[in-house]
Amino acid sequence: MKRSTFWGLFWVTLAALYLFVPLWGAFDFSLRAERDVIGVAAYTRAFADDDFWRTFIFSNQMALISIVASILLIVPTAYWVQLKLPQLRPAVEFITLLPFVIPAIILVFGYIKLYSSDIALGPITLLPPLTNSDFSTNILLVAGYVTLALPYMYRSVDNGLRAMDIRTLTEAAQSLGAGWFTIMFRIIMPNLRAALLSGALLTFAIVVGELTLATFLGRPAFGPYLQQLGQHKAYEPAALSVVSFLLTWLAMVLIYFVTRGSNAQVTGAH
Amino acid sequence: MAQAAIAPPKRTTDYVARMGGVPLAWLGVLPFFIFAVMFLILPSLSLFTGSFTDAKGGFTLDNVLGLTRQDIVDAYVLSIQISVVTAIVGGIFGFFIAYALVMTGVPSALRTSLVTFCGVASNFAGVPLAFAFVAALGRTGFITEFMRDTLHFNIYDHGFNLYSFLGLSLTYLYFQFPLMVLVMMPALEGLRREWREASENLGANGFQYWRYIALPILTPSILGTMILLFGNAFGAYATAYALTGGRLQLVAIQIGAQIRGDVLHNPGLGYAMGFGMVVIMALSILAYTLLQRRAARWLQ
Amino acid sequence: MSFLELSNIRKQFSNVATPAVQDFNLKVEKGEFVSFLGPSGCGKTTTLRMIAGFEHPTSGSIVINGKNVIGVPANKRKIGMVFQSYALFPNMTVADNIGFGLRVAKRPKAEIEPRVAEMLKLIHLSDKGKRYPAQLSGGQQQRVALARALAIKPELLLLDEPLSALDAKIRVSLRNEIRAIQRQTGVTAIYVTHDQEEAMSLSDRIVVMSDGRMEQVGTPFEIYNFPQTQFVASFVGTLNQVQARVVDPSAGTLEVEGQPIVAAKAFDARKGETIAVALRPEMMSLDGKTQDDAVNRLVVTVEETTFLGSIVRTRARLRESVISFDTFNNPNLALPQRGEKITVAFPREAILLLKPSNAATENLL
Repeated sequence: MKRSTFWGLFWVTLAALYLFVPLWGAFDFSLRAERDVIGVAAYTRAFADDDFWRTFIFSNQMALISIVASILLIVPTAYWVQLKLPQLRPAVEFITLLPFVIPAIILVFGYIKLYSSDIALGPITLLPPLTNSDFSTNILLVAGYVTLALPYMYRSVDNGLRAMDIRTLTEAAQSLGAGWFTIMFRIIMPNLRAALLSGALLTFAIVVGELTLATFLGRPAFGPYLQQLGQHKAYEPAALSVVSFLLTWLAMVLIYFVTRGSNAQVTGAH
Repeated sequence: MAQAAIAPPKRTTDYVARMGGVPLAWLGVLPFFIFAVMFLILPSLSLFTGSFTDAKGGFTLDNVLGLTRQDIVDAYVLSIQISVVTAIVGGIFGFFIAYALVMTGVPSALRTSLVTFCGVASNFAGVPLAFAFVAALGRTGFITEFMRDTLHFNIYDHGFNLYSFLGLSLTYLYFQFPLMVLVMMPALEGLRREWREASENLGANGFQYWRYIALPILTPSILGTMILLFGNAFGAYATAYALTGGRLQLVAIQIGAQIRGDVLHNPGLGYAMGFGMVVIMALSILAYTLLQRRAARWLQ
Repeated sequence: MSFLELSNIRKQFSNVATPAVQDFNLKVEKGEFVSFLGPSGCGKTTTLRMIAGFEHPTSGSIVINGKNVIGVPANKRKIGMVFQSYALFPNMTVADNIGFGLRVAKRPKAEIEPRVAEMLKLIHLSDKGKRYPAQLSGGQQQRVALARALAIKPELLLLDEPLSALDAKIRVSLRNEIRAIQRQTGVTAIYVTHDQEEAMSLSDRIVVMSDGRMEQVGTPFEIYNFPQTQFVASFVGTLNQVQARVVDPSAGTLEVEGQPIVAAKAFDARKGETIAVALRPEMMSLDGKTQDDAVNRLVVTVEETTFLGSIVRTRARLRESVISFDTFNNPNLALPQRGEKITVAFPREAILLLKPSNAATENLL
C-alpha cells in the first residue's frame, strides 16, 4: 500500500468513526428500553404516542406548505430576473444571502417583536397581530421556513435555469402561442424537476426537526415535541433521533440520485 | 391593458410596457420583494430600531452601550470562542478528510458513502443531534460506558462533561467538519494536474508545489469556508439549547431566554444583543465574500 | 551521438490491452525541431510525457545529452514544457510565473529579475509582467507559458498541442513566433500536434504516429511528397488513394478498376496482388492540356465540381474509388459538368505505392 493511501484511509476512517459512533450510540441506547433485553420497545412506545403523530404530521404539513410556497415564490422570480431584469440580480442575490446573516433565533425574535402587535400607519391598522391566531402564526412559521430555505432553494433553481437556456425555450413557446402561465407550469417547472426536487428535499430536511422557530412561535411541531420528550424520557428520544437521522439520510440519498451529474447544493442551515 | 406609450416603436414586441414610469416587468418580481421586506428586512430593521429605542419610544444609545455589561460581554466571548474553535478544528479536520478523499487512493465506494454521509451530517443538527451525543458521550453513553468497562477509564472522573464547552464543541464538530469536506472537495478537485506537472518541470519538489501554488490557490476557499463554519456555529441555537439547556450562556441562548421572558429586564437590551449578533454575522459574510472574490479573480 | 535518443520505448497501461506506445526509436539532434503528428490516442502525448518524466516507459531507454534519464524524476530533468491548457499558476503574476523555475532553484534575485525581463521581451509582453494570467488573452497566456518554460534554460523544450485551445488566426501567428523563438534560443524542441499544417510549417522533422507506432519519420517535404504507408498518405495531405491490381511488377504496370496505369519504376510485389497506391492530385490534369509525359489516363465520371476561387476542385469516381484533383481557374474554360465522363491524365511519377501500415522500410518509388 502506498504511504499516501495509508494516510488517506487513516483520515477517512477517523471521519467515518466520528460520524458513525454517535449514531450507533443512539441506536444501541434506543434498543435498551427494557432491562436486560435488546428490543424495539422504545420505538413501539414512541410511535404509540398520539402527540408524536400529531406533531410529526404538523411538521410535515408545514414542510410541504413551505416547499410549495418557496417554489411559487422563487421560480418565477429567478426566471424573471434571468430573462428580463438581469440588473436586479445583485439585489436578489443579496437578499437570498441574508438568511446566512440572520440566524433563526434572530429571525423569530424579529417576527415576535414586529408581528405580536398591530402594524399601524397613523390611525389606520394595516395588519392585526399575526401571533393572535393559530392560522396566522402558522403563516409566520411557514414564512420563516421559506426564509431559512431561501439561499439553497434560490441557488438550486438559479443553477437549474442557467443550465437550460430559458430565453430560447420561452421564445419558442411564445412563437407556438403559449401564454405566461403555460410557459411557467408546462415548460419551465417540468424542466427544473431535478433542481426543484433537491431544493424541496433540502427544505424538508431543514424543516421537519426544526426547533427554534417552532418553539418561540409556540407551534406544536416535532422539534419542540422531541425536545420536551427529552426532558422526562430517556429511550424514546434516542429512538426518535435515530428515526430523524434516517429521514435526513433518505432525503440526502434522494437528492444524490436526483442531481447525479449536476452540481447541486447539499447543505442546509442550523 | 397597459399603455405602451413610452416604448420606442422598434420595441413594441417587447413586454416592457410602462405604467407611471415603473416598468411593468418589475411586477414580476414584486411578490419576492414584498416577501423579503415583510419577513426578512422589516423584522431585522425592527430589532435595529428597537436597539436604539428606550421604554418611552425615544432615541437612546443606552441599549447598545449596555452590551458592555459583563454578563453580555461574557456571552459574546463564549459564543465567539466556541465558533472559532469549531471552525478551526472542523476546518482543519475537514480539509484533511477532503484531501484524503480527493488526492489519495481511497476506494471509490468508501469515498461515495462518506461524501453522502457528510451531506447528511452537515444537515443533521438540532435536537436529534444533541440526543445522539447524549447517547454516545453522556454519563451513561455508549462511548463513556465502553471506555469505563473495557479500558477502565471513566472520562467523567477525568473532567469531561458533555454539557460543557468541550462537549458542545464536539457536538458542533459533527456538522462542522462535514460541511468543510463538502466545500473543499470541489476546490481540491479544481487543482489542475497541469499545475503540478508544470511546477515539476520547472524543478519544484512536492513541498514547493504546495507552498507556492496549491496552498495559495486554496487559501481563499479554506479561509472562506472556515468563516462559513464560524457563522454556522455562532448562529446555532437548537443544538446548544437541546444539549445544555441554559448551562452555557451563549448569545443565542441568552436571546432565547430574553424572548421567553425578559430575563435582562430591559427589552431594548435584548434587541441590542440581537443586533450585535447580526453585525458579527454580517462582518463574517463580508469577509467571506471578499475571499470568494479573490478566489474568483484567479480562477475566472 | 545524438542529443536525445529514444530506444525501443514501450508503454503499456495496466488497464488497456494494447500498448499505448511500442517500438518507438528516435534520435534527435541538438537544436532540432521535431513534431509528433497523429490523431488523438495515437500515443504521441504519452511519448512526450515519458520524455518529460510524467509517465514511465514499460521498457526502453531515454537518453538526454548522454545521460539515461529513466528513473530520474520530472523535477530533476531540466526539461521545459508547454501545455495545451497553458497551466499558468493563477495565483502568481506573469513575472512570478516566468521566474518560478529560477525561484525554486534558489537562484539569487539579481539573476531572476533580469532573466524575467529578458523573457518578457522575448515574448513581446514587457508591459504585462504585473498582470495575473486570467487578465491575459489565450494567446498571451501561452506565450507566457513558453517564456516560463524557457526561463530555466532547459536543454529540451516539450510542447503538448500548445495551440489547439486558441482560435485560428492566433494559431498561425503564435506558431511562427514559437519557431522564431526556438531558432533564436537554439533549444531542442519536441512538438506534439494533430494538425498537419502546424507540423509541416514548424518542423525540421516529423514523426507520424498511429496506434502507438511510428508510421514514418522524415522532413515535411518527405512526409508530404513521399508518404510510405496508407495511413500517412491519408492523414497527411490530399493524396488520392485507390486500390490497384499488380500486372507486372518488373515493368511497373498496374490496373485500377480495369484501367491500366504504369509506375515510374519496377517494384516488389506478386503478380495479381492488390495493393494501395496514391495518385498525386497536383500532377493530374484534364485530358487535352496534358504534358507530353502524362502517359497514364483514367476515365472517370464527374461527381462534383467546387469553385474555390483561383482553383477548381473536381471530385470524380471510377467505379469504386473516388479521386479528386484541382485545376487552375480559367474563365475561358467550361467547368466539367456533373455526370460527365472525362479523362484525367498524369505522369508515371504521380503514382506512389503504399504499404498497408507501420512496418516502415525504404521508399518503394
